[in-house]
Amino acid sequence: MKVILRNPRREVDVAGNRRVKDILRELDIIPETVLVICGDDLVTADQVVRDGDTIELRPVMSGGSVSSR
Amino acid sequence: MKCRKCGDAAVIELRRHNAAFCAPDFLEFFRNQVREAIRKHRMFTRDETVLVAVSGGKDSLALWDVLIDEGYRTTGLYLDLGIFEYSVESKAKCEKFAAARGVPLIVSAVSDEIGAPVPVIKDVTRRPPCSGCGLSKRYLMNRVALEHEMPVVATGHNLDDEAATLFGSVMHWQTDALPRQSPALPSTHPKLVRRVKPLYRLSERETAAFAFLRKIDYIVEECPFAKGATSIAHKEILSRMEDASPGAKHNFLFGFLDRARPAFERAESVALNECARCGQVTTGTICAFCKLADQVKRRVVS
Repeated sequence: MKVILRNPRREVDVAGNRRVKDILRELDIIPETVLVICGDDLVTADQVVRDGDTIELRPVMSGGSVSSR
Repeated sequence: MKCRKCGDAAVIELRRHNAAFCAPDFLEFFRNQVREAIRKHRMFTRDETVLVAVSGGKDSLALWDVLIDEGYRTTGLYLDLGIFEYSVESKAKCEKFAAARGVPLIVSAVSDEIGAPVPVIKDVTRRPPCSGCGLSKRYLMNRVALEHEMPVVATGHNLDDEAATLFGSVMHWQTDALPRQSPALPSTHPKLVRRVKPLYRLSERETAAFAFLRKIDYIVEECPFAKGATSIAHKEILSRMEDASPGAKHNFLFGFLDRARPAFERAESVALNECARCGQVTTGTICAFCKLADQVKRRVVS
């Protein structure tokens, strides 16, 4: 299955048929720091994604001049 | 995973609340948190026009979306920082958002006000780019609000922003910064408008989920100057703590606001003057914005 990552945008292939949380662990991504998007939906960490699926891991962290944004 | 309220399939889990929600119930949860923030801190009323500072990112556009839906009178303010393609794209997102909802948007370019865009200010001052950028934004937000007779500026700061700022202040024991950290800063001078943060009860992931579910077209790409920013490093540390102990960020920030902040409030207030150059509020004779503009002018001319 394909995983789309952002900043910079890139794609990686990982084994499917397992839970989102297992994929995040393999990629060393903290669940709190991303939205997991499959098609037009958000998916939760316990959801199983299939081999043919594509998920986007969209970062939620923004920053810089934090005290004034 | 099931929605805590209705039992349908959940789209988001909020571990710090030990809950999961379907899309409609999450959107309602989100709006309730904003309502509670506005109510608790008496941020603004329906008779006032709120100047909403928007960057094209998820937080500020999510905030504007909620306030419009709640029936508040709002005007957007986009500050064009002149950061290459990033600013072009983020400005377009704000203009599209405002046009689609039929709400007014004020656009102000930092380069018109200070003589150069943020990338040049960064080179001139040799300070981190976020420093001059933050200073310019705070100054211009206040000035634009005054010029348009709006009593309050609302920004999209979320729980993660506030926890990261607090973390940074505590790490350096900036005790003068601690009393100023608040979801609602009152007007302490006729030329200072109120500043409020109605999203302070919501995490960054929650505002991103809200923006996604509301189909808000926001800029996902990060500001090119944010890479390596200290605030991002602090957010990463806090997110690791949150992962190990859900609710850690909330407890850190809310514990400070409820119990520690009053201890840091100064017994004597700082004397506020009007800048001899521009008339805006400062603790000195010339305000930091005018000093920065002078610095830019000298370097750009030479």
